[in-house]
Amino acid sequence: MLNTKIDAPTVGNIFSKTPKITARNVNVYYGEKQAIKDVSLDIGFGEVVSFIGPSGCGKSTFLRCLNRMNDTIENCAITGEICLDGEDIYDPRMDVVPLRARVGIVFQKPNPFPKSIYDNVAYGPRIHGLARNKEELDDIVEASFRKAGLWDEVSSRLDQSGTGLSGGQQQRLCIARAIAVSPEVILMDEPCSALDPIATAHIEELIFELKGDYSIAIVTHSMTQAARVSDRTAYFHLGDLIEVGNTQDIFTKPQHELTNSYITGRFG
Amino acid sequence: MIKMSAPMNSDHTPKTLSPTLARERVAKSLKNRHLNEGRFLSYGRAAIGTALLFLMFLFGSILSKGTPGFFQYYVTFDVYLSADELDPYGNASAQSLFDGNARAVLRDGFFNLLDVSGRKNKKAAGKILSEGAEIRLRQMVVDNPSLLNTTQTIKVAVDDDIDSFLRGFISRDAPEDDRRINDTTIAYVDSLQEMGRINYLVSDYLFFGSASRNPEMAGIKGAFFGSILTLSICLILAFPLGVGTAIYLEEFAPKNKLTEFIEVNINNLAAVPSVVFGILGLAVFIGIFGLPRSIPLTGGVVLALMTMPTIIISSRAAIRSVPPSIKDAAYGIGASKVQTVFHHTLPLAMPGMLTGTIIGMAQALGETAPLLMIGMVAFVVDIPSGATDPATVLPVQIFMWADFSERMFVQKTSAAIIILLSFLLVMNAAAIIIRKKLERRW
Repeated sequence: MLNTKIDAPTVGNIFSKTPKITARNVNVYYGEKQAIKDVSLDIGFGEVVSFIGPSGCGKSTFLRCLNRMNDTIENCAITGEICLDGEDIYDPRMDVVPLRARVGIVFQKPNPFPKSIYDNVAYGPRIHGLARNKEELDDIVEASFRKAGLWDEVSSRLDQSGTGLSGGQQQRLCIARAIAVSPEVILMDEPCSALDPIATAHIEELIFELKGDYSIAIVTHSMTQAARVSDRTAYFHLGDLIEVGNTQDIFTKPQHELTNSYITGRFG
Repeated sequence: MIKMSAPMNSDHTPKTLSPTLARERVAKSLKNRHLNEGRFLSYGRAAIGTALLFLMFLFGSILSKGTPGFFQYYVTFDVYLSADELDPYGNASAQSLFDGNARAVLRDGFFNLLDVSGRKNKKAAGKILSEGAEIRLRQMVVDNPSLLNTTQTIKVAVDDDIDSFLRGFISRDAPEDDRRINDTTIAYVDSLQEMGRINYLVSDYLFFGSASRNPEMAGIKGAFFGSILTLSICLILAFPLGVGTAIYLEEFAPKNKLTEFIEVNINNLAAVPSVVFGILGLAVFIGIFGLPRSIPLTGGVVLALMTMPTIIISSRAAIRSVPPSIKDAAYGIGASKVQTVFHHTLPLAMPGMLTGTIIGMAQALGETAPLLMIGMVAFVVDIPSGATDPATVLPVQIFMWADFSERMFVQKTSAAIIILLSFLLVMNAAAIIIRKKLERRW
């Protein structure tokens, strides 16, 4: 069943009433191999969209297209159109530097810089020139830590190395780092896969709190996580976007046979 | 494709071994495995032991041969610093002292001590003193003219033939015509020894002297400064260029046929014999660009060419070892490529780059052949004061000394080798310290 060829269009409603990001007919190729086939999807203002699907289905690839992180991969080619607030982000005139400040990303493995906890979060505001003086920078850093729910744990040791924190704390540090440049969208690529259940619960709570302020797209292997945190869910299969819908609908009454098989655990 | 053996008959079904049979076979193979592991371990230990033995032999032999080179024989006696002889113009000016007869003053004091009379005896006794003795006496007066017309105790080196005789390299049993010092001289040396006037002391000439045909006066100071100047030029040129090339090739250059071609060539350059770089330097820098020969500037440029491939290769390896997750993190919050490289990649790669650079510098320090090609083998008595003064370098100095016939140069050569090796050890220690200091965990 995993190798079933699908040419049918996506089932369900890909549109959002208040779209922040609109992806239309996106194809991604790694050399000869096509990783994403004609995917169209909206991500709305302040909503959490989770991408689920078996390994190698292209959900991470699609996520990384949304802030052009795939640019750093050689022989990766993208066709189609992805717009942020109606502006094509793959337009040659588009500068990736401000784009990535607007669309932040949190990776699978926590990757703090080998610098102090403070500098980790202050780095983004510094390179973008967000703070005019030390007080403003301190404010931004503290606010970011508070939003990431890490302030109480790190406020007394801001000068220590970010790599000395626990895995869960490191991941929240990475979220604080992303928040510090005031993004509009946060992309999360399996943010909890390297964390224990308690740290995972922390992050999920955090996503819940951030929702509304930010549009969030999250790739996850945990269907229960998708069910808990997201408003809408998109199911990918071998590079196709099979089904999109309200999270509740996807998990209770999936319309596509493949979605049904995946969420009931017949493969994945 | 793995080809499975066909089943022997139709009712054959493949199955795994029973636990008891499996244990039995494991036990059987275990003994063999332990034996193999033990054998491999002992090979390794034997290899390391042999290497250590060679190393110990090498260092032992260098140290035992070279240590005497750090010492030489000095003779102590009183001289009357006659103003008439030393300061003929009576104004204690440098010119006056230079024109004065220091040799006569020195010999008078020396002959007084030994009670020498007669032209023949004076000639024999005079052979004991080094030619450097009068230079030292003159320097003493130049430094402090108030010493004129006083009696001073002076300590000067003995001539290299006497030094070799005292070390036992010249036998007194050999027929007089076959040895470089005659019986009269030997008699004077013996009486000096009886008086306790001859001392075996740390050689100041070795450290503070320059190139000289008189082995008792020869030292490494000039070559040492030549080496430092040459290496500085080499570092200033090779480090920024090498690191810059590595960053560009690794982070910015498109991967195409051209960069691949450049890469292959850089790797090849690292293996080019160093003498070829010397010929290149001779043809291009001296021949075409008209740089003067024998100067540290030219030497440094040639050595920089030789060191650059090493620096580029190790810098690229260091850059490649920076985890991509750190770069992703920087790109992810909107750092540009240049910011990512300079804020994150470069600081993390720096320890590796510096290690490579210091290894390259150590290579350059020990390099002789390319410098011979560009004329740094010149006999330079002056200490070079700048990168455009003629100079020689430590390994070339060693090479020249090893070629001289006087017996005493053998010890000087060994001593200079020890100094060069210590220089290398200091550089390598610096490499380790820098690496430890800059190393950061991620």
